[in-house]
Amino acid sequence: MLKMRSLGIDLKNPFVLSAGILGVSASSLIRAHESGAGTVTTKSISLEAKRGHANPTVIAFEAGLLNAVGLSNPGIDAFLPEIKKVKEKHVPLIANAIGDTPKDIAKVATMAEGAGADLIEINPSCPNVVHKKPYASDPKLLSELTSTVKDAVKIPVLVKLSPNVDKIGALAKTAEDAGADGITAVNTLGPGMIIDIASRKPVLDFKMGGISGPALRPVAVRCVYEIYEAVKIPIIGVGGVTSGRDAMEMMLAGATQVGIGSAVYYRGANAFKKIGDETIELMKEHGYKNTKEITGAAHE
Amino acid sequence: MNKADYPVGVRINKVISETHDVKTFILNKEISAKPGQFVMAWIPEVDEKPFTLTGKGKTVSITVKKRGKATSKMHEMKEGDILGVRGPYGHGFDVVGKKIVLVGGGYGSAALLLLAEEAISKGIETTAIIGADTEKNILFADKIEKLGAKLVITTDDGSRGIKGFTTQALEKLLSEEKFDCIYTCGPEIMMYHIVQMGEKNNVPVQASLERWIKCGFGVCGQCVLDPTGLRVCKDGPVFGSADLKKISDFGFFARDKTGAKKEWKDFA
Ligand SMILES: Cc1cc2nc3c(=O)[nH]c(=O)nc-3n(C[C@H](O)[C@H](O)[C@H](O)COP(=O)(O)OP(=O)(O)OC[C@H]3O[C@@H](n4cnc5c(N)ncnc54)[C@H](O)[C@@H]3O)c2cc1C
Ligand SMILES: Cc1cc2nc3c(=O)[nH]c(=O)nc-3n(C[C@H](O)[C@H](O)[C@H](O)COP(=O)(O)O)c2cc1C
Ligand code: FES
Repeated sequence: MLKMRSLGIDLKNPFVLSAGILGVSASSLIRAHESGAGTVTTKSISLEAKRGHANPTVIAFEAGLLNAVGLSNPGIDAFLPEIKKVKEKHVPLIANAIGDTPKDIAKVATMAEGAGADLIEINPSCPNVVHKKPYASDPKLLSELTSTVKDAVKIPVLVKLSPNVDKIGALAKTAEDAGADGITAVNTLGPGMIIDIASRKPVLDFKMGGISGPALRPVAVRCVYEIYEAVKIPIIGVGGVTSGRDAMEMMLAGATQVGIGSAVYYRGANAFKKIGDETIELMKEHGYKNTKEITGAAHE
Repeated sequence: MNKADYPVGVRINKVISETHDVKTFILNKEISAKPGQFVMAWIPEVDEKPFTLTGKGKTVSITVKKRGKATSKMHEMKEGDILGVRGPYGHGFDVVGKKIVLVGGGYGSAALLLLAEEAISKGIETTAIIGADTEKNILFADKIEKLGAKLVITTDDGSRGIKGFTTQALEKLLSEEKFDCIYTCGPEIMMYHIVQMGEKNNVPVQASLERWIKCGFGVCGQCVLDPTGLRVCKDGPVFGSADLKKISDFGFFARDKTGAKKEWKDFA
């Protein structure tokens, strides 16, 4: 019932392990796939190793998670063996690429493609680092970035958007016009801050961090809804999905696939399987035969 | 779902010097936990690091060896200072059997204190092998003996107890007596040999592992063990022999802060 095909890849279900959740190593990406994620995404990878911020980097508050990991990663050279190991198991894999310039990002993408990644996701939208330029919000920069990466690889390219912009539909259209094959929406919201009242200090080392989980969900659903009206390319809807009900809501808004991140905190390592089973139950209840029938149905 | 898992600043009620470079911090907070579970301790504006609980309930404490930046800063902290705490995390030791042996190397004995307390209070016959390179690094031997454990001390240089490694003392014990379970925390290479020894003698082992921890609650993937995908912070830090045998990283590799995999010996 959940089987599908998107961007030329056959998938056991529409669920995608989101970037930065568990994705440090092949072993956990493979475990996520075995636990029910149809597709898995690597942690954001750059040309050179990045140490990221000091702890606390990830915390949970009453309505979601707050993170400022700071895009720590071992660099693409060290990460290539992990990509190869994931592909040895034939697990559909998105490589999330970051960098200071479009050229750097394209280089990471090319190397990831060479190691066997099925898709590239470019991530100009992390709120937890100081980006050199506002690639996530300036249409001209986003267009340049997208076309540079598109020119560099043959595999499909997804552009991951931030919810922290004025007109997300128009930005998605910009990415589509520049050649993007799909949109991932959204990255974390905010940034937000939590202050400890005893020490009077912001808790995160970076002081502020991106909000994910339940608090993000209504924002993510609205973003996906707007993007669906603006573009024809498929959307991976991400943000606060922790149940089959939420997954169905995201698809109704216009998502072809549904990203899952923070739900690993709320539902455990088997979150994908649990959400999948709940989705199947709801599909039966509401008379859907496949997920295609759900995608965008809120717009009819 | 309405959980807050962020560090909450609490007062340090008391600081106790355990050895020349190990201090216990008693915290003004109540936490109920299983032996072997850990908390994340936040030093405001410095860092946040994992520590096993060495006291629970109304006298929560952590016992900290001075190593790098964060732990050095902690060693400067005094009664009344604020430390942030979140947790407890992970799953700790399962206390099983009628007769058990604990093996602690260096500051690893910290993880065994609450375990010894619980085992002995349940009437389990408990032997503890506590070892270190030299006398001044022996931790909690006297406390564990006072709880009622039979104590064996080893030092590499023979400055206290038997001269040699904990593993040699364990080998001798296993050849003389039958135990239901071996519990261990210490240098990973020591635990690696203990797991092998357990297998040879048909005694199950539970070992408490260390990896670089970020989220502490199973989300970020930083503490993963290859090729199993098991997470030290959530699926561990205590693992049983069955899992340990599947973990090829165990004894050999760990990931640094960037996520790059390195041999243990290459960590400074
Ligand atoms: C579950 C758990 C429980 C722990 N319980 C205790 C405890 O009860 N008492 C206690 O004293 N300590 C405990 N530790 C270890 C403690 O967290 C570290 O000693 C502490 O983080 C050091 O911080 P630092 O900033 O002082 O040192 P750092 O500056 O962070 O460095 C300390 C040393 O660790 C090395 N290192 C780097 N990467 C790694 C890695 N991936 N794995 C291991 N070592 C690495 C560094 O090279 C350096 O030599 C525990 C660790 C874990 C994971
Ligand atoms: C701990 C953590 C780390 C993350 N790291 C990344 C990252 O490296 N790259 C990225 O594109 N998104 C990253 N994200 C964002 C997620 O991929 C996702 O877009 C966001 O969390 C919303 O989904 P969720 O509510 O299901 O978690 C991270 C999120 C979290 C919670
Ligand atoms: S430290 Fe984040 S998963 Fe273990």
